[in-house]
Amino acid sequence: MDPVEIIQHTAGGVIGLSWLMIAIPLLGATILLVLGRRTDRWGHLLGVAMSLASFVVAVLAFVELLGLPEGQRRQAVHLWEFIPGMVDMGLLIDPLSIAFALLITGVGSLIHIYSIGYMQNDPDRRRFFAYLNLFVSAMLLLVLADNYVGLFIGWEGVGLASYLLIGFWQFKPSAAVAAKKAFVVNRVGDFGLLVAMFMIWTTFGTLAFGGLTPVTEENPTTLAIGLLLLLAACGKSAQLPLQSWLLDAMEGPTPVSALIHAATMVTAGVYLVVRSGAFFFPQGSGAALAVAIVGAATLLAGAIIGCAKDDIKKGLAGSTMSQIGYMMLGAGLGPVGYAFAIGHLITHGFFKANLFLGAGSVMHGMNDEVDMRKYGGLRKYMPVTFATFFIGYLAIIGFPLLSGYFTKEGIIETAVQAQPVLGWLAVLGAGITGFYMSRMVFMTFFGEKRWEKNAHPHESPSVMTVPLIVLSIGSVFLGGYLILSNRLMDWLAPAVGAPAVRPEFHFTSTTGIATLALVAVGAAYAWYKYGRSEVPAVQPRGSFLTTFARRDLYGDAINESLIMRPGQWLTRLAVFFDNRGIDGVVNGLAAGIGGSSGRLRRLQTGFARTYALSILFGAAVLTGALLLVGNI
Amino acid sequence: MTTHYLILSGLLFSIGAVGVLTRRNAIVVFMCVELMLNACNLAFVTFARQVGNLEGQIIAFFVMVVAAAEVVVGLAIIVTIFRTRRSASVDDANLLKY
Amino acid sequence: MSSLWLPTLMVVPVLGAIVVALLPKGSTTLAKQVTLLVSLVVMVLTLVMAFQFPNAAGDRFKFEATYSWIPSFGVNFGVGVDGIALVLIALSAVLVPIVVLASWHDADGVKAADGTVVAPKRSVKTYFSLLLVLETMMIGVFAATDVFLFYVFFEAMLIPMYFMIGSYGGAQRSYAAVKFLLYSLFGGLLMLVAVIGMYVVADKGTFMFPELVGAIQDPATQKWLFAGFFIAFAIKAPLWPVHTWLPDAAAQAPAGAAVLLVGVLDKVGTFGMLRFCLELFPDASKAFTTPIIVLSVISIIYGAIVAIGQTDMKRLIAYTSISHFGFIVMGVFAMSQVAQAGAALYMVNHGFATGALFLAAGFLIARRGSPHIADYGGVQKVAPVLAGFFLIAGLSGLSLPGLSSFVSEFMVMIGTYSSQAFGSGALTVAAIFSAVAVILAAVYILWMVQRVLNGPTAEPVKAFKDLNAREVWVLAPLIALVIGFGFFPKPLLDVINPAVSATLVNVQVENPGVAEKGAGQ
Repeated sequence: MDPVEIIQHTAGGVIGLSWLMIAIPLLGATILLVLGRRTDRWGHLLGVAMSLASFVVAVLAFVELLGLPEGQRRQAVHLWEFIPGMVDMGLLIDPLSIAFALLITGVGSLIHIYSIGYMQNDPDRRRFFAYLNLFVSAMLLLVLADNYVGLFIGWEGVGLASYLLIGFWQFKPSAAVAAKKAFVVNRVGDFGLLVAMFMIWTTFGTLAFGGLTPVTEENPTTLAIGLLLLLAACGKSAQLPLQSWLLDAMEGPTPVSALIHAATMVTAGVYLVVRSGAFFFPQGSGAALAVAIVGAATLLAGAIIGCAKDDIKKGLAGSTMSQIGYMMLGAGLGPVGYAFAIGHLITHGFFKANLFLGAGSVMHGMNDEVDMRKYGGLRKYMPVTFATFFIGYLAIIGFPLLSGYFTKEGIIETAVQAQPVLGWLAVLGAGITGFYMSRMVFMTFFGEKRWEKNAHPHESPSVMTVPLIVLSIGSVFLGGYLILSNRLMDWLAPAVGAPAVRPEFHFTSTTGIATLALVAVGAAYAWYKYGRSEVPAVQPRGSFLTTFARRDLYGDAINESLIMRPGQWLTRLAVFFDNRGIDGVVNGLAAGIGGSSGRLRRLQTGFARTYALSILFGAAVLTGALLLVGNI
Repeated sequence: MTTHYLILSGLLFSIGAVGVLTRRNAIVVFMCVELMLNACNLAFVTFARQVGNLEGQIIAFFVMVVAAAEVVVGLAIIVTIFRTRRSASVDDANLLKY
Repeated sequence: MSSLWLPTLMVVPVLGAIVVALLPKGSTTLAKQVTLLVSLVVMVLTLVMAFQFPNAAGDRFKFEATYSWIPSFGVNFGVGVDGIALVLIALSAVLVPIVVLASWHDADGVKAADGTVVAPKRSVKTYFSLLLVLETMMIGVFAATDVFLFYVFFEAMLIPMYFMIGSYGGAQRSYAAVKFLLYSLFGGLLMLVAVIGMYVVADKGTFMFPELVGAIQDPATQKWLFAGFFIAFAIKAPLWPVHTWLPDAAAQAPAGAAVLLVGVLDKVGTFGMLRFCLELFPDASKAFTTPIIVLSVISIIYGAIVAIGQTDMKRLIAYTSISHFGFIVMGVFAMSQVAQAGAALYMVNHGFATGALFLAAGFLIARRGSPHIADYGGVQKVAPVLAGFFLIAGLSGLSLPGLSSFVSEFMVMIGTYSSQAFGSGALTVAAIFSAVAVILAAVYILWMVQRVLNGPTAEPVKAFKDLNAREVWVLAPLIALVIGFGFFPKPLLDVINPAVSATLVNVQVENPGVAEKGAGQ
């Protein structure tokens, strides 16, 4: 079944005011940035208030949407004429966008609150909140816009916020480099989105979602558009081959990693695919298959990277790549997959934010140490952090009945049926997840203390632990609520279409049991390696495979040797060509003219008699010429 | 008759021209220029007589007036140069060059 | 019916220039104040005029005024504006007061914190009266409806700019000024030949633009005349490979003059292509489209790559401009409504965005005494406001969506991609290639930002003071415009679109595909 028609919103109500969701945090960011230091004392409170206000608007809009009959649940709100004759700025309030809006503002607000505590001692805390507000605003524009241009503005807006926040501690060269890298790699994806927009406009004459019609048959144009959109999604969502920026992005403060590089921004690629799904990724098409393949490849790559990282944040970053790989895999499977992909996206937003904030809480207590080899036995010292982190851990590995279990199982189940090879790769990925997440838990909270001398681990203040508790509650219950009896699928159906056959959730399917078994094996192996035996304080050399994973599957090395070095070489060549080649010709021409005139002027000897001779000679020539012509 | 006058005029002009080109002394060069001017005058007058009107003679007068004015300015310059440089050679006054 | 608006706009700055020049010796502050006042008056007048612009169908040119100038050759002092000329005049009128404020101390002898001389001490009065004279000429060149008058302003503009670079610039100023002058004169000469040729061939006894449109039919003649005009405009724009004067001139000019040079003077080139090349020689324009599109794509990519490799901030910005001018030229010759409107909009947006970037870089250089990127580091820490403005201006340079350059760049690219003017193939490929510049732009801007603003604070940078009130007033309006037009480009586009339609009618391009779609959505 196709998505329902988008109708123009006319009546007032909260939906008509949904632009406030974007405007409120934007206003917050503007105030904090323009007034600057004057707002240092209360800036963080304003930031939190703006985010919460936006959340309230989102909830109200959600309630209003719930009250509408299913056929009217896609409401376009016209804002202003943007580029006359091409595109108008407007918002699309539908089940998909509102689900995202709730996630962004909800989890976003929790992370805002957490940051009050986390950034307590940073002199630039106000600026941090300004950027967070900017991010929330841009991300909401991304998901709420009713056309590709608005989406693109939000898309780059979150890229900018991500750039600013990764480089928040810009005085560290590594942070500045990581920020730039994230932006530039994302731009490669943006290139795809731009060209896709050119093609959409040229082919369909519109850039609004409402103007496109769902297709069932793929043609070369939609395939090309689909692949270009996939490129964009790969950039934003750190999927292969544009994954390399995400690990470096961990240079930013931890709440940023939680909000932007785990819960929301990096899932924008999934949103893009699902939003464009009916138009460019019809079920069973080549474009959709490409999405699924990229997802499956990345979920394995991310998991493998996660296995070898000693930096707790980088380990989680690898895991994020991997989990988004699951979502992409789901998004490549058509309407059945969409519901699970979005479901996993939402639950992942909760448990991954939970894990990241937990990691931040650990770092907060350990003098910002990120090396897990210098942790150990922390569960007694930070009980709340441990408890919530452990719940997040159980959720991500898919422990039965927790959030991650339902959504991940859904994706795997669907994938095994639609694309068996990719499906079984996803099962394998789940096993690896079991290993690397258990490794992380064992290294951090169990075993011997391997702390630095000056470490005094302590529990974080309640402004940080309360968001953790809220997130962990979501990590426990949300998945079951969304997936059982297909609640999310039915809710999303007006926006993304409903599958032909409604799936039933089986607790005892073959794949489900196989997955659980593999996860158990992974966890057990992790316990054997890191729980039972001692963790060496210095990173052991490791096998070839370990090195391979530690170096991010040589992603950076490949980028460096294939793109960066030739690029630098090309740049130097071009500069040389410009200075010596083109400008050389110009200056050479000038020098040539100058030189020849320098020679010619030697004729001016200063001897009057020479001049007289030349006059005579000239007169003779003239006379001769006139005689020759014969006019005399 | 006319031919004879013209040959004389041509001879005088040539002598003057050679003088201008070969002599170094400014006064001599100057006199050679005068010689060339007067050779032209002779030609003008000859043609006037041949044609039978006064125009050539009028031009001859013009030339004389111009030559007189030129002598005034030219001699003054030569005298000044001689005073400053102790030389009347035209080759010594060669500063105005490239 | 002749309107006094444009003649007034042109006379006021000249009168101001005379007043400034006649002020008693030593009254430098007064000279600056008078200049600022005059330029503000012109800005207000221009804006009032712009708001009165009748955006309706009817005559192509509004606010027309024609006075006979050299009757024996049929030369008129003819002025009038269409939408494109209007926004460019407004751009000039808005930039001049900002430049005046920005160059407040440029002629006083600028010294950096460590005593390095950034700009020599010269006559203040001359500098500011040159600025006002230049303003008259900038307005005149966009307003001229007489081709000969246009030519006169086109060439005369060089004179004040030559002196501003040559007397007030950096260490290599005379080399840069002479290079700028000779390059431009060479182009101007070719144009003069073409102008006279056109007068003779058209045989209308007038240079008035509306009468000359469609006067020349012979394709071969069109091609020769087109070449004369186009080479002049390509040098002015500047288009690869005749671009090398710009980095030198922009790097050596004082920051304020560089803004006018890149922000306004260069636009005369692209404006001329759109107004004169296309409309006077439609057949030749179509015949030469492919090579010109190729040149513009080379400019886009090449400018970006060379910009990445620059070590001098102002040169870097100049090369980014070469890349951006490539976009404008591509938009002009893509021959579609969207692309040309985008190109016209780009001219305005680029003026504001690059202006802000040049001025912010100028403020940095005035503090440090060096244009070399390597001499900076960690400015963000000591001067956050300056760093913030620099960053936003830079982001506009990389066409971040939400900032004004994005709208125009997007329109140029999408308009080129979708242009059906010559069968879609070549233009489609050109648009895709030009989109690569999106990636390169991120590299050149962010790499510069990283090296200048980020990282540990370099020792000499620690003494930096943040922006003072004057400098904030210079940058804040520009940034406000950049952000404002990023979200609301409609006012500009509403004025530009009818003018572009008129152009396309004169070029006689069949472009039904896009127009139909625009109406259909």
